[in-house]
Amino acid sequence: MNLHSVVNGIARHRVASALLFLLIFPLLMPYEALAINILIYGLFAVGFNLVFGYTGMLSFGHASFLGVGSYLTGIAMVHFGVHWIPAIFVGVLASLVAGLFVGYLAIRTRGIYFSMVTLALGQVIYYAFYKAERWTGGENGLRGVNAEVIDLFGLRIDFLNPLTKYYIIWLFVALALWLVSRILASPFGSVIESIRENEKRTVACGYDVARAKLLIFVISAGICGLAGALRALHLSVVPVDSLHYLQSGQVVMMALLGGMGSFFGPFVGAGVFLYFEDIATNVTKYWMGAVGLLFMALILFFPRGIWGSLMYQLKQRGMLQGDRE
Amino acid sequence: MMPSPLIEVRNVSLHYGRFKALSNVSVSFAPNQLTAIIGPNGAGKSTFFNVLSGALAPTTGQVLFEGQDITSMQAHDYARHGIAKSFQITNVFKQLSVHENVRVAAQMRYSRYELFKPRASFKQAIEEADALLGRVGLLALRNKTVADLAHGQQRSLEIAMALAAKPKLLLMDEPTAGMSPEETSAMMELITALAKERTVVLVEHKMKLVMGICERLIVLHHGEFLAQGTADDIRNNDEVRRVYLGQG
Repeated sequence: MNLHSVVNGIARHRVASALLFLLIFPLLMPYEALAINILIYGLFAVGFNLVFGYTGMLSFGHASFLGVGSYLTGIAMVHFGVHWIPAIFVGVLASLVAGLFVGYLAIRTRGIYFSMVTLALGQVIYYAFYKAERWTGGENGLRGVNAEVIDLFGLRIDFLNPLTKYYIIWLFVALALWLVSRILASPFGSVIESIRENEKRTVACGYDVARAKLLIFVISAGICGLAGALRALHLSVVPVDSLHYLQSGQVVMMALLGGMGSFFGPFVGAGVFLYFEDIATNVTKYWMGAVGLLFMALILFFPRGIWGSLMYQLKQRGMLQGDRE
Repeated sequence: MMPSPLIEVRNVSLHYGRFKALSNVSVSFAPNQLTAIIGPNGAGKSTFFNVLSGALAPTTGQVLFEGQDITSMQAHDYARHGIAKSFQITNVFKQLSVHENVRVAAQMRYSRYELFKPRASFKQAIEEADALLGRVGLLALRNKTVADLAHGQQRSLEIAMALAAKPKLLLMDEPTAGMSPEETSAMMELITALAKERTVVLVEHKMKLVMGICERLIVLHHGEFLAQGTADDIRNNDEVRRVYLGQG
């Protein structure tokens, strides 16, 4: 077995390989909470990239779906006493609805107008949740999102144990990544890529572009909503900044950092971003400045992003075959 | 008796404000015929083409395909009904492979929004794509990224993509635009071959080019129907000569 076949083997089973890596991932991180954060933001970025990297639409409102997923999971648990597992589904469902609402209004526009409409609608949602203090805790965020212990035939699943928490969240992320990978490998997956490449030709080929855009937007919102739901459980609180447009900007940065043209690029970007943030905040409170410099350097010298450049190099050297990484 | 037309345009006008791009044009196209729409610059050829292919809705008038009114049909439904087009300015998926371009076009007839079945399982679309690439002479380049292809090759790819819809009617907007003389004559040969199996309508600026291969020519001028007939009819038509020669 040579390196060539190893690389291609990994590429063929991209989700399985990634999930195996993520199983040992917490051991490589300084502490579990960071690993969990990376897992959640990685999923958020992968979900976002369905619209951004794969369909070619730059949304500046994706915090909405992260936030709505978080809040509705939290509201279901805190105000209605729903168990955390069904509460996750409540959060995802709510983000799908939010995705339908924002998507329906935004997909009629293109380019910068699309970005602006998603940004504006994101702000509408932000203020709606901000003002609904009775339900969302307003400025203080929604507190008390505590996942109770599950007793599974004598097996105690305790969310307070960070490593247990990591692996439970891993399970949901695994499911979602597998789903996204399936979708991208489907006929519909090539329709959205065609839209990114040339909308006019996609229409001429017989595809309803508006419908396809709405569908992928809603799917993307659902994935981001799941990330949000998991985040609420991870933090035990839903901070109001979940919905803030800075959050939307951050996920764009993560996708670009890792590489928007690849499946795992955004995940890698999220990991690098958060790891760097973790180190840099200990050194200086002006860490965002350092992030900015890193970001600019990457855009200038590695426009394909960290992961995207790696995949590109492997392909150039004939180590990797096929259309996709 | 004339066979019933495959596509028919009835009293079509298209106005941009006060500018009349097309005025009351009525033409019909018999099945399996190769027709060229010609005319000097600004004659309304491209507008007419866009009305035929559903890219523009006429201000008044009707378009009938196999007797059905398709005037208000959505642009994406044309391919499914058997109307395909190649664009004047190449419209392909530049960052995808040559094969993937045609495969996506062929996939339309099997699956459009399926989410969970792998596209690799739609073998027919894959095989059809390769067969079409063979036909237009691009099979050897199937794994190349389209952006790396020469202009003429991209034009051929366009045609393979249009054919992937298995159209009854193939509309071509200046298929030889920007091509070298060799590429042009190869393209003309391909078009002649394609027209044996289906109806082909092409818009062409270069009149001499189409005179040799088209069974029928339609001349537009200032958005109006001017003349139609065989190459000889058109060549000997005084009005056509005046229009073409008159503008030097």
